[in-house]
Amino acid sequence: MTAQATSTATPAGFVSSRRWLLWSGIAALCAWVLAPIYLVALGALGGRQGVYQWPKTGLPTGISLDPFILFLKTEGVLQSFLNSLGAAGITVALSILLGAPAGYALARYNFHGKDSYRLLVLLTRAFPLAILALPLTVSFIKLGLYDTIVGVGLIHTVLALPFAALVTQGIFLGVPRELEEAAWVFGCTRVQAFFKIVAPLALPGIVATAVFAFVISWNEVFAASVLTVRNRTLTAYLLTVLSESPMHYRFAGGLMLILPSVVFIFAVRRYLFAIWGISSK
Amino acid sequence: MTNNRPWIPYLLILPSVAFLALLFIVPLLQTIWLAFSDNGVPSPANAQRMIADINFTRSIKNTFLLTIAVVPVQLAIALAMGTMVAKVGRGRETILWVWTIPLGISDLAAGLVWLSILQNSGYFNSMLLGLGIIERQASWLSYQTPVALFFVIAVAEIWRGTAIVMVIIVAGLNQVPKEFREAAEIFGAGPWTRFWRITLPLIRPALQSALILRTVLAFEVFAVVYALGGRNFPVLVGEAYTWQNQNQNYGVAAAYAVLIMIISLAATLIYLKAIKVDAERLP
Repeated sequence: MTAQATSTATPAGFVSSRRWLLWSGIAALCAWVLAPIYLVALGALGGRQGVYQWPKTGLPTGISLDPFILFLKTEGVLQSFLNSLGAAGITVALSILLGAPAGYALARYNFHGKDSYRLLVLLTRAFPLAILALPLTVSFIKLGLYDTIVGVGLIHTVLALPFAALVTQGIFLGVPRELEEAAWVFGCTRVQAFFKIVAPLALPGIVATAVFAFVISWNEVFAASVLTVRNRTLTAYLLTVLSESPMHYRFAGGLMLILPSVVFIFAVRRYLFAIWGISSK
Repeated sequence: MTNNRPWIPYLLILPSVAFLALLFIVPLLQTIWLAFSDNGVPSPANAQRMIADINFTRSIKNTFLLTIAVVPVQLAIALAMGTMVAKVGRGRETILWVWTIPLGISDLAAGLVWLSILQNSGYFNSMLLGLGIIERQASWLSYQTPVALFFVIAVAEIWRGTAIVMVIIVAGLNQVPKEFREAAEIFGAGPWTRFWRITLPLIRPALQSALILRTVLAFEVFAVVYALGGRNFPVLVGEAYTWQNQNQNYGVAAAYAVLIMIISLAATLIYLKAIKVDAERLP
């Protein structure tokens, strides 16, 4: 009787210890992602005293919003923040305007050169694209685009456009072709059918693509630093003032870079896997 | 779809082709020309100056070592995340959301995040002090501690860059039919056999995408390094930046750029050869 009881208990114990292992692994990886963000937030909100406090406890003592607000008031921060928004806005607009039609063409039509176009898009993946900013400084100076937000937006579009074309292709493939054909039967022209039927269905995915284009531009450092002197984006500004800034200013800058893109990624998290699931097919 | 107007698709792709031609192909050729010319004449002068540069060998060594250290770890963590989350029912979405957070974090911000932990009076030293391992603040980010600096940069890169690998791998795992693994289980394959023989071969396209993307990005490492070590740890893109912005020498900067492109392209070709994927399954 006792022997029987232990023999039934063992597999259950084995299973629960495996479950425990699984959940502790998941918890450890979640902590690995979240703890550093929490700590940099402490650094950003702890101010000068917080930085030199030793040893640190990791508890939120002596924090306030003041150091962060002081950082925002530093000369150049707000302007570079607006510049980053501007460059990202241009990137979003251009990569959707140019990328979405290409994605639609790839999803709905068979045409000569389709494979070559795909190859062109894939080729951009094999290159460190930000490096292209080096020769562009020369051409941009000639064109009057050097040290402008438009110039930064253009090079960021090179980064985001191939991504937008591939992802919107997946999104349009997900809209049933029959719906579109039904609209033609009922007398819609192609253009009408697109805007009345396809566009509304594809919109959430396109919004998600736009958010990714935004994050790509918002986070880019190299091209923005090479192409600007006075009109720096937030990343370029932080990079140039990095070595002269006190520690808590650097942490405040880090937090300021993190917040918008994390909020945005969070807003479109549902589409994240759908997008990559489709685009890696 | 009936194709009575065959020019429509060309009209649709034309703007993006024109854009990429102007801002991808042209600058690509310009970079190559800048690197291999001097005052408008073909010349190896820039390449020679690059090779003679005091930081050249170190930056190549550092960039390669970092890539070799970071990419496999990221792949392993991403695969672990993927297999773990597949066993979870409720709460799956939440866990995935948390793991994708670094996707929105730039390399500069990631460097600053880890700076807050690893600076002299930071949390890492506080923890070591609490554990009785150190007595005074230890320095991890200086010129005198190249090995520690290497590990610190690698940790920050792994922290930031694993999310994208994870997203691609999880998407790949989602496409593996459950029946395959169940069938293997019925025929007596253990978890390891199933992973190596069934799962891994079936997620090849995802593996290939993830490896190409991550390796190219790893060769581009720059801002993480700059935020943590300043110029104490030379890497290729960092040298290109310095030659362009501090030294105002576009030619040598372009030579570095061409070198990075060649390395990235070679890595991509190696992955394409090593991990074979049917053409239709390419992204």
